[in-house]
Amino acid sequence: MNVGSSKEYDVVVIGAGHNGLTNAAFLAKSGLDVLVVEKNDHIGGATVSRELYSGWKYSNCSYVCSLFRPEIYQALDLGHHGLEVVPLQGGITFKQDGDFYGNYHHHEVRRREIARHSQRDADAVIRFDADLMKWCRLIRGLLMRTPPDPGTFKPRDFMELAFLLKKFYELSESQLYEFIRFFTMSIAEYLEEYFESDVVLAHYSGGSIIGTGLGVYSPGTAYVLLHHAMGDVDGSVGSWGFAKGGMGSVSGAIASAYQSFGGEIRTSAEVTSIDVQSGEAQGVVLQSGEVIRARQVVSNLDVKRTYLGIMDEKHLPDEVIKRAKNYKIRGSSGKLNIALDGMPEFPALPKGSPLTLGHMHFSDTLERLERAYDDWKDQRWSSDPYTDTLIPTQFDPSMAPPGKHMMTVFVQYCPADIEGGWTDEKRDTFGQTVIDQISEYSPNFKDLILHAEIRTPRELEAEVGLTEGNIFQGELTLDQLLFNRPFPGYAQYRGPVRNMYMCGSTTHPGGGVMGAPGVNAAREILKDLKRTDTTPEDFGDD
Amino acid sequence: MTNPSSVCIIGGGHNGLICAIMLAKAGLRVTVLEARASLGGAIAPRAFAPGFQAPGLAHHFGSLHPKILKDLGLPPTGGTPVDTIALDNTGDHLTLGATQASGNGLTSQDKEAYTAFKTDYAKFAQALEPLLLNKPPRLKDMGRDDQWTLAKLGWSLRFGLGVPSMREFLRVGGANIYDVLNEIFESEQLKGAIAVDAVMGHHLAPRTPTSVLPFLLRLFGESHSERSIMTGEGSNLSAQLEKLALSSGIELRTETKVETIVVTDGRAAGVVIEGGERVDADLVVSNIDAKSTFLRLTGPANLDAMFTHRISKTRTNGNVAKLHLGLSTLPTFQGLSSDQLRHRMLIAPDMRFIERAFNHAKYGEYSEDPVLEITLPSLGDPSLAPQGKHVMSISASFAPYHLKEGWEQGRTIFRKIIISAIEKFAPGLEASVEAEDFLSPADIEQDYGISGGHWHHGEMTIDQAFMMRPIHGTAQYNTPIDNLYLCGASAHPGGGVTGIPGWNAAKRILSLHQERG
Repeated sequence: MNVGSSKEYDVVVIGAGHNGLTNAAFLAKSGLDVLVVEKNDHIGGATVSRELYSGWKYSNCSYVCSLFRPEIYQALDLGHHGLEVVPLQGGITFKQDGDFYGNYHHHEVRRREIARHSQRDADAVIRFDADLMKWCRLIRGLLMRTPPDPGTFKPRDFMELAFLLKKFYELSESQLYEFIRFFTMSIAEYLEEYFESDVVLAHYSGGSIIGTGLGVYSPGTAYVLLHHAMGDVDGSVGSWGFAKGGMGSVSGAIASAYQSFGGEIRTSAEVTSIDVQSGEAQGVVLQSGEVIRARQVVSNLDVKRTYLGIMDEKHLPDEVIKRAKNYKIRGSSGKLNIALDGMPEFPALPKGSPLTLGHMHFSDTLERLERAYDDWKDQRWSSDPYTDTLIPTQFDPSMAPPGKHMMTVFVQYCPADIEGGWTDEKRDTFGQTVIDQISEYSPNFKDLILHAEIRTPRELEAEVGLTEGNIFQGELTLDQLLFNRPFPGYAQYRGPVRNMYMCGSTTHPGGGVMGAPGVNAAREILKDLKRTDTTPEDFGDD
Repeated sequence: MTNPSSVCIIGGGHNGLICAIMLAKAGLRVTVLEARASLGGAIAPRAFAPGFQAPGLAHHFGSLHPKILKDLGLPPTGGTPVDTIALDNTGDHLTLGATQASGNGLTSQDKEAYTAFKTDYAKFAQALEPLLLNKPPRLKDMGRDDQWTLAKLGWSLRFGLGVPSMREFLRVGGANIYDVLNEIFESEQLKGAIAVDAVMGHHLAPRTPTSVLPFLLRLFGESHSERSIMTGEGSNLSAQLEKLALSSGIELRTETKVETIVVTDGRAAGVVIEGGERVDADLVVSNIDAKSTFLRLTGPANLDAMFTHRISKTRTNGNVAKLHLGLSTLPTFQGLSSDQLRHRMLIAPDMRFIERAFNHAKYGEYSEDPVLEITLPSLGDPSLAPQGKHVMSISASFAPYHLKEGWEQGRTIFRKIIISAIEKFAPGLEASVEAEDFLSPADIEQDYGISGGHWHHGEMTIDQAFMMRPIHGTAQYNTPIDNLYLCGASAHPGGGVTGIPGWNAAKRILSLHQERG
């Protein structure tokens, strides 16, 4: 063990994912001396753009911005630091019979399209949109707040509980019950209360299973709809956005803001342990043996990697070890990044249709979606997977050479604990399954493929350091949300030893490229250090 | 209105009878109208062949809650407590009692964990008592009684359980039983046997989030009385309730099927029964399921369109088939003594087995390898079968109400699947079958008049529980139609032979009319 420098930082943040950087940025903004250490030679964690095939840039993990908090964008002036988000337009679900459902951005056009499949659904969608917007408004207000602990009698927890209750009490009585139902129902059953057309049901439910070890009929998936409706891009609620230059632009802009406040970043610096002395975190030890001293240590890693990986069991209460072991973090997704020689054709669509600009899906019934989940439960990848496919080069040509395209395909489901374990051969067969599915709807697709990067949970875990490749750093089920996230009694970002904090998606409000956990953790740290709060307030409803 | 004097109760199931008795004791003139030939609904003994009777749809239940017994003036109603035997392919069967588990395959850690688990979860279930034994409180504009219920519930969670337990309760309350059991136990077989209690009778598998809740509701029943089989007259709950109803001066009319609820100016005024006879009453109380009550008997014309829509969207499709066998001789199960056969036997070797059995049900197929709960009721009550012969009663999951191929076709094969599965443990079973009675959910709907043939009159998931059962707006036993009430398993706290819906409904009716009167 060698002490690299005698310098003691105020804070060291482990992991340069978007939450780690966001957290560090707000701490640095308050004048603290902050260092972010990152194991990879590049920053961003799962929010990266990488050139793995010459001339093409892949957002090879996360691929869209929807939840990123506009408050953060503004507070860190990310526009100034080069982040530009382009709104995505609609989406499409191809049907097996050659037809399709086009989820047009313009709501009146969309309504006409729904009517093509079912007149009743076209009527219901008005009610559906209005209901959804109500829940959105309510939930958005909770994202940038620290959850109350129902087990204490501290005034702040009481106040926070009272605040939440008051917020809920603004709803009418029947809305209150509907809200509880919305939170506890499955997406399929929730949608079936509005819609009847198979393809409409399938189109709207698909998004709720992204990244989870749950099926469309699993209770608790309905509320994930909000993740689709809750985003703001340029103040337009409910739209998804694409970061120009790929997702790396998001982490790049946050890092640039952070550095403008004097923050430091060290890459290729993997932390092997958090140094704990007499119940107090004092710094971190790097793989090289170098010790970095810091008064506070913040981990952007998930709870398993933090408590079971880089902390010594002897410093932790038994309960924390047990909870960390039992914490549900399940690999369920794969990803393909494909370099294309040209734009693939989709014969089902009229020439020049704007629908390819949005999310493309190929699962047209709830049964197909649910069966995909059954495969995963049995430790196989889905033979007929649900995919979320995008061709971002249509609106950001900078990501590929002129005339060429890049396709990103998010695949649900792909297990981490596949029967017999992963091999390169299995990975390639998995990729082929996905490519075959797309080719059914695009005959020239296969011929256009120049290069494909296939990522299973194994690759995601090895590179990004997400346990099992789980994109949310832990399942977003009721038992792991709000004051239960990551586990009861530890939901307020403070770790089990003094001066140690958590700031990743493993904490409230969870995953997605949102930045809220990083902000919330920064607020708690600044509060403990009795410093001025630099974190932004929630914008409120509008 | 002036104080009501007459009540007509639609359906003479156990909840209807309990509600009737409570109201009669309070001085109301009560008539119970039952469509079937006998009272008791799903708990009435069911003669299916000369000399052979099954104990009804429910072949196991404990005693009613002591508070209900006290109000009714009944002694404890349970039969003989039974254990659960989880059958194992290699003969290493497990025995699960209320707090003890034993068997060759179990480690001492698992045995200790079982005792701790049952004790902890019984406490969680107990903590819900204020919620279960009262009308579910409204979340807004609540009355003083609702505030009191919530206060008691809050107290029982925070101080009854204590902080660590309360935290754990709040975590597992919305979780699935699969994860919970994996956290606690090693033995796959033990986990499988416990998980059955969370999913049997529901459209749920162990991995389905929120499957812990039905498990807790079942444990609530166990908290005052163990799972039992009937042992003769004293434990025949339906006969006891019938006797008590008669002695309370209640008019009991069987084979009287109600066709419509008469609604005048938004008020229920009586019912019309098949054949056209009208029975007038100041109050109408429905023990039948909410869909039948509102959609069939009341009719959309008398209801708000959104209310009708929401009722029609409740999930009420049954998922269990019932098979009753009349046997010429007592079967032999490998590795079990004949004395052990009176216990509840399970075929559910592990949770993955249950999960796979459930997968089929999602797509309108019966399970290829079903989860089976097997009992021999004639060992408790020999009068159920001719001398020397026996009755086997089997609940088989999963058997969806909407079977793709239709039950007319499916019944023969599914029956065969059930018998072959049991034959693996009890060779020669099929040869001893003298009589049989197969009830798909569609048959249960037909015979018992329960929409979808659902044991519990509707799924008991969170979105259809408590103040949302059967739907919000009619969860406190009163309905949008004045003087029309619900008292069956459609209402809070739902199905199971608890009698709580009937008892809660009676208390609610009396308090409302005392207030108004």
